[in-house]
Amino acid sequence: MSTAAVPHDTAAHAQAHHEHIPFIRKYIFSTDHKVIGIQFMFMSLFFLLLGGLLAMAMRWQIAFPYNETAGFQGQPLPGGDLLPETMVVQGIMLPEFYNALVTMHGTIMVFFAIMPLLVGVWANYLIPLQIGAPDMAFPRINMMSFWLAFGAGLLMLASFAVTGGAANAGWTGYTPLSINDLYSGVKTGQQLWALSLTILGFSSLMGSVNYITTLINMRAPGMTWFRLPLSTWALLITSILILLAVPVLAGGLIMMFFDQTIGTNFFKPETGGQPLLWQHLFWFFGHPEVYILILPAMGFVSDIIANGARKPIFGYHAMVWAIIAIGFIGWIVWGHHMFMSGMNPMLGGFFMVTTLIIAVPSAIKTFNWLGTVWRGNIRFHTPMLFALSFVALFVIGGLSGVPLAAAPVDIPLHDTYFVVAHIHYVLVGGSLFGIFAAITFWFPKMFGRTMNETLGKVHWALTFVFFNLTFFPMHMLGSGGMMRRLYDPTQYPHIASMQDTNIFITWCALILFAAQLIFMWNFLWSLFKGKLAGENPWEANSLEWTAPSPPPHGNWGDRVPVVHRGPYEYSAPGATADYQLQTEAPTGQPLPATH
Amino acid sequence: MNEFWRLPVNVSSYGGDIDGMFMLIAWVITIVFFAVEILLVWFLFRYRARPGRKAAYMHGNSRMEVLWTGATALIVLFIGVISRGLWLDIKDPLRFPEPGLQLIVSAKQFEWNTTYPGADGQLGTADDFIRRNQMHVPVNVPVRITLVSEDVIHSFYLPELRLKQDAVPGMQIPAWFEATQTGEFTVGCAELCGLQHYRMKGTLTVLSADQFNAWNAQQVAAAGAAPGTTPALAAPVMNNEAAGSPVVAAASHAH
Amino acid sequence: MSTAAAPSMEHGTSSFGVYNLKLGMWVFLLSEVMFFTGLIGSYIILRFANPDQFAVPGAVLNVPLTALNTFILICSSVSMVKAFADVQAGNQAGLKKWLLVTALLGMVFLGIQAIEYTVLASEGFVPMAERYAAHGRAGGHETLGGPLYGTTFYTMTGFHGTHVSIGVACLWWCVFQAYRGRYTANSHGGIEIMGLYWHFVDLVWIILFTIVYLI
Repeated sequence: MSTAAVPHDTAAHAQAHHEHIPFIRKYIFSTDHKVIGIQFMFMSLFFLLLGGLLAMAMRWQIAFPYNETAGFQGQPLPGGDLLPETMVVQGIMLPEFYNALVTMHGTIMVFFAIMPLLVGVWANYLIPLQIGAPDMAFPRINMMSFWLAFGAGLLMLASFAVTGGAANAGWTGYTPLSINDLYSGVKTGQQLWALSLTILGFSSLMGSVNYITTLINMRAPGMTWFRLPLSTWALLITSILILLAVPVLAGGLIMMFFDQTIGTNFFKPETGGQPLLWQHLFWFFGHPEVYILILPAMGFVSDIIANGARKPIFGYHAMVWAIIAIGFIGWIVWGHHMFMSGMNPMLGGFFMVTTLIIAVPSAIKTFNWLGTVWRGNIRFHTPMLFALSFVALFVIGGLSGVPLAAAPVDIPLHDTYFVVAHIHYVLVGGSLFGIFAAITFWFPKMFGRTMNETLGKVHWALTFVFFNLTFFPMHMLGSGGMMRRLYDPTQYPHIASMQDTNIFITWCALILFAAQLIFMWNFLWSLFKGKLAGENPWEANSLEWTAPSPPPHGNWGDRVPVVHRGPYEYSAPGATADYQLQTEAPTGQPLPATH
Repeated sequence: MNEFWRLPVNVSSYGGDIDGMFMLIAWVITIVFFAVEILLVWFLFRYRARPGRKAAYMHGNSRMEVLWTGATALIVLFIGVISRGLWLDIKDPLRFPEPGLQLIVSAKQFEWNTTYPGADGQLGTADDFIRRNQMHVPVNVPVRITLVSEDVIHSFYLPELRLKQDAVPGMQIPAWFEATQTGEFTVGCAELCGLQHYRMKGTLTVLSADQFNAWNAQQVAAAGAAPGTTPALAAPVMNNEAAGSPVVAAASHAH
Repeated sequence: MSTAAAPSMEHGTSSFGVYNLKLGMWVFLLSEVMFFTGLIGSYIILRFANPDQFAVPGAVLNVPLTALNTFILICSSVSMVKAFADVQAGNQAGLKKWLLVTALLGMVFLGIQAIEYTVLASEGFVPMAERYAAHGRAGGHETLGGPLYGTTFYTMTGFHGTHVSIGVACLWWCVFQAYRGRYTANSHGGIEIMGLYWHFVDLVWIILFTIVYLI
């Protein structure tokens, strides 16, 4: 297929087909999956920035607490005078604000940044394009899904401004702290937290129904299950996890909201309620949730590594079964978050075994990525750099999970910075690097322009270095006994002795945050001034690269692609180029020279 | 290696086992880490794109898949097998050693209140006494504690004893430890419990048998002069007002 | 590039031979199963932890009335089946009639449940833990069960009732569409998915009725 001839045809065809759509219907209340995906992107990038800012304030307080008796003079919080006296007094952050920062950093990052950046953006954008469909099965429900998420985000933001401030019982919201303002000091903020997440849950559910139905029903001719790119497979399993896990969280959040507002006693021990019930409900959702947060990234990374290495993904079938296995086993490991909770120790033994087992499919994927670059012909474009870093960092995150999974070893490590290190290696080193890989890879398709490669590489290098400098030392802080969520770690002598490490981490975190401004600049500038992109700038194989950049409404007009091969036919013998689009006819018609 | 991981000094009878297992796992994951990362970096260097080169066209290798899947499974199985016994020894009440001392540790915002059995050695009797944030135990004696909470979930954490156990309101959770050295050690809270979670700190003092008996007698005498009530295992607080307003209570706890 | 004419959006190539609307409804109902499983599972856990807080159902709840209500809901599922059969056969009059019957029966169910709630509340059986003072149908001063009883009862049956209410609203929409001639023998996906939803709601009720009123 020619990279030049068809798009104009298709685009012109598509344009002629549709009458002029008013701006509001086209960009605001759009039912086009691509527009909705981009809307999710802008919303989530905003929340990512906000979540990072909250973390910077936290890190400042951890590094420079005011503890005269122990000899720590503190430093006024930069920008602290802009904040009200309920949060910062004379430059010193109050404990109530710190606990709110901890809570909202986690909540915003997990629910309003990473999850929508992986699912809301890419499930919406990629699924129809990668399977050869003109749009989602239910475009109007898709639109509602975005606006519900937006509304939930507004509620969460509003909670900062109410009396008592934002929720402060941790992103995990353990009861009874989270349901009783006599204990936490926060009433409305906690209620808004529960309400916002419930509404976000509805948004996610609507999305999943769409993604699953579309994937099953609307694949183009020839697009059999085992010709789907791993991005698509990962998004399918992720959608099933969301479909089945989110309702359980919703149930728990509703029970929490009732306890907070109308006086029910699901989780109130004084009248027979069970605080541990919340933990079971939350983590029954929460563990599949972490796989929701990593699987799509794994899918993108697979596609990008194969593309960068110019080589088929190693062990495609094994990779698919590994994704399915992770999705499946992920339902029976939730108790490893509750080893210290007081639940029956026999249960602890069971959960330890299942948690160790789930390491196996993750290892399979890692070895297959290694196998993909082995004997490849590797191009180090920015998406590839991020994808390779994902592998390197996810390995660390996964390995640090092993001591946590071994229940007796979890005893000293539970609720310490060792866990913080682990979660950030998988969520940032894993998910966020995967997100950066995906954004830099699909940006040209989305916006018809490429991002700047030099800026991309600088951003990557700084992020990689300072991410490791920030989070690796946290393993040692944890094994050294530093607990989580401490407003002033110097209160404990065994932690005060490690304060230099905390200060070092804070400086590295600030630089890490600053480095993200390079990405912001690159992203925003390239939207308007980036070099115009062709249809297939990365010389990739999957269907989205046969549509124009950006694709018109309906993606291919009133024609659909017909698929003749899998998505990983790189460097196939006999082919003219080192890639073969999935739509390339099977009779070996010579490909024209690429640009 | 203990310095690299900054492990607190171990004064626990089962701490050596936990630390040993941690070290074993740490070595395993370190070896895997270096193997994988070095291989990755080597491949990226060795197989970088150069003019005239082409990638090998292959879709995988079933034998390799089986091999590395099997190897990983064996490693995790091994870790699981060696961990299970120790886990139950520490956490399963049926396996606790016969205690030489029984205490109730009651967590509340933001302090640890320990109830001692007093002269008669029995908890729940009139001569029990309570100490706030100061735990005293004899060395080389298994101590069995029952953890309760008066308000929210806290987590009783003794770093040097390698002990951690959540205290959940409405539940009575057993735990045990045996200190192997005398000295003063840290008591902390490892579960976010409110505004002063960060300073819910106490001291564990491990005394020789004689010193402990002397201390105990002294406390009994003092309690006899001013009898207190046995807390926590009595009827739980029935409504929130009685729990007070810990949020409003300012910072000055006498530690 | 190989291309073909685009199939219409309603009829993609399906693995299961099930068109979009129907597949979407099945997928959605799976999520609803998980939602009610969470609620009912929590009820079971709470009940096992505090059995003394849960009275013998007949002492507090009006089991005969609710049994009648269950029968009414089952009848409405039957009428829904008849509506679907009629639209498949092209019988527009039958479709309209049976849709109306289903919607009305649904409203009767809700009405009886509303009456039940009112009576129970007047007997002190409320979801608010601190105001719980259920003295049961026979009257008297003894409080039967404990706050968890009210908490779980109203949450479970209330959410089911919410789902019925949404179903009734959708049924009236279907009636409206039926009168506009929107459903034909060849195109009646809306009726089929309405039926799926309605049967699901009925099934959940049968489970709830058994667990809450009979055990």
